[in-house]
Amino acid sequence: MHDHDHADNEMDEMTARVRALETILTEKGLVDPTTIDTIVEAMETRIGPRNGARVVARAWVDPDYAARLRSDAVSAVAELGYGGAGGEHMRAVFNDAQTHNLIVCTLCSCYPWPVLGLPPVWYKSPPYRARAVKEPRKVLEEFGVKLPKETKIRVRDSTSEVRYMVVPQRPAGTEGLDEEALAALVTRDSMIGTALVSAP
Amino acid sequence: MNGPHDLGGRAGFGRVTPEAETPVFHAPWEARAMALTVACNALGYFTIDARRHARERLPHTTYLTSSYYRIWILALERQLQDAGVLSPAELAGGAVSVPPDAAARRLAPDRVAAMLASGGPVARPASAPARFVPGQWVRLRNHQPEGHTRLPAYARDKTGVIEHVHGVHVYPDTNAHDGGEAPQWVYTVVFDAATLWGADADPDLSVTIDAFEPYLDPA
Repeated sequence: MHDHDHADNEMDEMTARVRALETILTEKGLVDPTTIDTIVEAMETRIGPRNGARVVARAWVDPDYAARLRSDAVSAVAELGYGGAGGEHMRAVFNDAQTHNLIVCTLCSCYPWPVLGLPPVWYKSPPYRARAVKEPRKVLEEFGVKLPKETKIRVRDSTSEVRYMVVPQRPAGTEGLDEEALAALVTRDSMIGTALVSAP
Repeated sequence: MNGPHDLGGRAGFGRVTPEAETPVFHAPWEARAMALTVACNALGYFTIDARRHARERLPHTTYLTSSYYRIWILALERQLQDAGVLSPAELAGGAVSVPPDAAARRLAPDRVAAMLASGGPVARPASAPARFVPGQWVRLRNHQPEGHTRLPAYARDKTGVIEHVHGVHVYPDTNAHDGGEAPQWVYTVVFDAATLWGADADPDLSVTIDAFEPYLDPA
């Protein structure tokens, strides 16, 4: 959306604006700066796509777990210790040879925080939100993904408090890998549906 | 509302720019803006639906030329003013007043982990049976309220099939305003791309939305 200079100018304006608001709210007794630090730390270190990758890897190696994830994602994700804000209600959708799922929120930026963290900039930006529901194959090509022509695409527009995650297909040639090694292959974008998982 | 946020199917925004998984934030202010918003949500002055509505009520030109965290901060400033806890004079650097219940509302650092772990579930007990079942055809109403709604414009007046029943959730259309939670059944509705985008649409594409029962009529 922005050219480079504009982006830099906006950062300067926003640094001042956010700092002013935090200062005022702190003086009003409504915000504790240590709380702000704690939230940032959680989002940068504890809550992110490595959590979702562990969920996917478990589903790949444990068919019973995959069945639970399919029928009740919130409970299945909680088995691995994840859940809460931004994922109070979740649904896991599974890609297979016939169908590729893609997640979007055309109205804002709904995204499953406990398993994927905060969304990337493109997920929240007009090009993706506008185009994912209408021309997903072109969008996928911009991510370097070319699906077989016969693969059906189902785009999930997150218009309620139900947040979606994609369980990508396990790549061929990974039969010998353990759960941890499998989790390392799973990318954030593959759990949104804008990437496939490749064997190492 | 027919606001700038309702982007599904719009043309002219250009290419998508992929990015790496890290960094999570692209400037220090973004991290403060995100966490400040989360901390202010915990004050209890406004619902998640009212927060979304505050963002979509920004002027179209502002919404479409702002980064997402800038949208959050502009909306947060407005909402705190609407709630009567922040004044233009304070924002302009004037003397600051302390609300009498500030300490009781403030999110303490040692409550952050519990707040993130619990979130704010919106499921509520059903007061009536679900009106629709999976496999049933429905038509989305031509629902264009002045206020908040979660029915995207592209799905209005379109026919689709129920794929899944999620349960009963708080109704954003009322909860964003003064209408209370008014919980409603929520359904996943599947549309063929041609229904939404015309005869030239990708024949192997389908799109789902999650629709609240008041958006739906039997087809």
